[in-house]
Amino acid sequence: MMLGFRTLLGKEVLRFWKVSFQTLLAPVVSTLLYLLVFAQVMSARSEVWPGVSYREFLVPGLAMMAMLQNAFANSSSSLIQSKVSGNLVFMLLAPLSPLEIFAAYALAAMARGMAVGLAVWLVTLFFFPHVPAHPLEVLLFGLLGTLLTGVLGMLAGIWAEKFDQMAAFQNFLIMPLTFLAGVFYSIRALPPFWQSVSRFNPFLYMIDGFRHGFFGYSDVAPLESLAIVAGSAIALSCSALVLLSRGWRLRH
Amino acid sequence: MPDRGARAGRAGEAAISIQGVEKSFGALRALKGVDLQVEQGEFFALLGPNGAGKTTLISLLAGLSRPDAGRLAILGHDTGSDYRAARRLVGIVPQELVFDPFFTVRETLRIQSGYFGIPPDRAWIDELLENLQLTDKADANMRSLSGGMKRRVLVAQALVHRPPVLVLDEPTAGVDVELRQTLWKFIRRLNGEGHTILLTTHYLEEAQALCNRVAMMKEGRIVALDTTRNLLAAHSHPSLSFGVAGDLPLPPALAARAQALPGGRHRLALGDFAEVEQVLAACRQAGLQVEDLEVGQADLEEVFVAIVSGAAQGRIPS
Repeated sequence: MMLGFRTLLGKEVLRFWKVSFQTLLAPVVSTLLYLLVFAQVMSARSEVWPGVSYREFLVPGLAMMAMLQNAFANSSSSLIQSKVSGNLVFMLLAPLSPLEIFAAYALAAMARGMAVGLAVWLVTLFFFPHVPAHPLEVLLFGLLGTLLTGVLGMLAGIWAEKFDQMAAFQNFLIMPLTFLAGVFYSIRALPPFWQSVSRFNPFLYMIDGFRHGFFGYSDVAPLESLAIVAGSAIALSCSALVLLSRGWRLRH
Repeated sequence: MPDRGARAGRAGEAAISIQGVEKSFGALRALKGVDLQVEQGEFFALLGPNGAGKTTLISLLAGLSRPDAGRLAILGHDTGSDYRAARRLVGIVPQELVFDPFFTVRETLRIQSGYFGIPPDRAWIDELLENLQLTDKADANMRSLSGGMKRRVLVAQALVHRPPVLVLDEPTAGVDVELRQTLWKFIRRLNGEGHTILLTTHYLEEAQALCNRVAMMKEGRIVALDTTRNLLAAHSHPSLSFGVAGDLPLPPALAARAQALPGGRHRLALGDFAEVEQVLAACRQAGLQVEDLEVGQADLEEVFVAIVSGAAQGRIPS
């Protein structure tokens, strides 16, 4: 059943697995460096929430940031590399439906994001032992968050025709949205105006909901975050499916 | 190779059917109403100068582009509305030398087979590798292969799902003579087993040697469509090349028709081979001694140049 879909999914997973130093290990190391530097510099800060030190607060945010960035990177880099080198033609010649293509790229991106998240969490256990208060919530936000950015990466990969365009998408949209989504701070610490601005950033809800799964505290009600994240993921998925069905920028 | 490509389509359906197809890219009208039918089992050549629309037509057949107007079908399956069935029935060898640098040759073939919903068949993949002289490169990364080897992997990828229709878009561009011969031997064999082959090439001697029928395109239109034999008979003539002892001038009647060749030789286009004797008789009557005689065969290149330059009118059966 659906061998075409399973093959494309397997190929996309194998693609990042073959270069796992770059796709899995490097993000874990970067995240650890962020953690060590920020935790050291900000060690004097008071608890963010009752019983939650700043160092502990940082871990889920950094883990989620790495997950979101890597899910985005997986689908976007695969598509743009295939487009630029021309080997996307092999997939386009095959009798794969738009839904199969969408699902394979989305699931592969989620797999990489979740693998990075799991690795970050396991490594940080050595430094700051912490067990999620609501593991299912962590899993749910992890899956939805990586789906959302994986699909965003797919949209960027479909749109971009040059590496330069992809870099612009990543540096001017994804990076600011993740850095300004409360990874390093609680938005309650911001002035009211910036709190309101932050509310327009969908990445805030992914990170905040994910963090709630760890500590049971959040800046936004978890159900509200869940609704916004799920709604955004569905909207982006529908957009990606429409573009794949039309063959926009893929088939002339 | 048992009944591989002969997994034929519906009886009586054309292998490839193209009806009234138009395609524009902005202001450029790449295809201006193309009608073409390739029957099952044919070895068919699609010829034309660069920019004639051959690759655009193949992209439409492959589903890489969508037509602005008209219909394309593979063995009766519309390439748009019934794309899954149509794509399963055709293998395309693209013109560009593309490959995925993450994978080995065998992985590439296994993946391509899976894309088409066919569990990778090790025996068939081994057979393809052997026939394309790639066995010793099966586990090599695609990046490490030479251009000719990558081209052969593209052929293997197009065949890995055992399609009854195979489209080769300039498969021998940049391939050395030995590899070309290997490739054509294999493709001929596939054709003999029932595969329909559609070939575009700039090597017209290949098309002449391999293909039963030829279509010539120019500026987005088919300008000639006939059997190779009929095209040669209608547009190409034998020729006689010769020298004359002492470099004496030809009789005026021959001199008016002759084309000067290097070394003081002459070339005459003939209506048919019977004219050879008439030319020799005219020379004898003029007291000339003919030497270094060579009778040239008609060739497709001559036909192609004549039709594409507009000097001759192609025939398009209704």
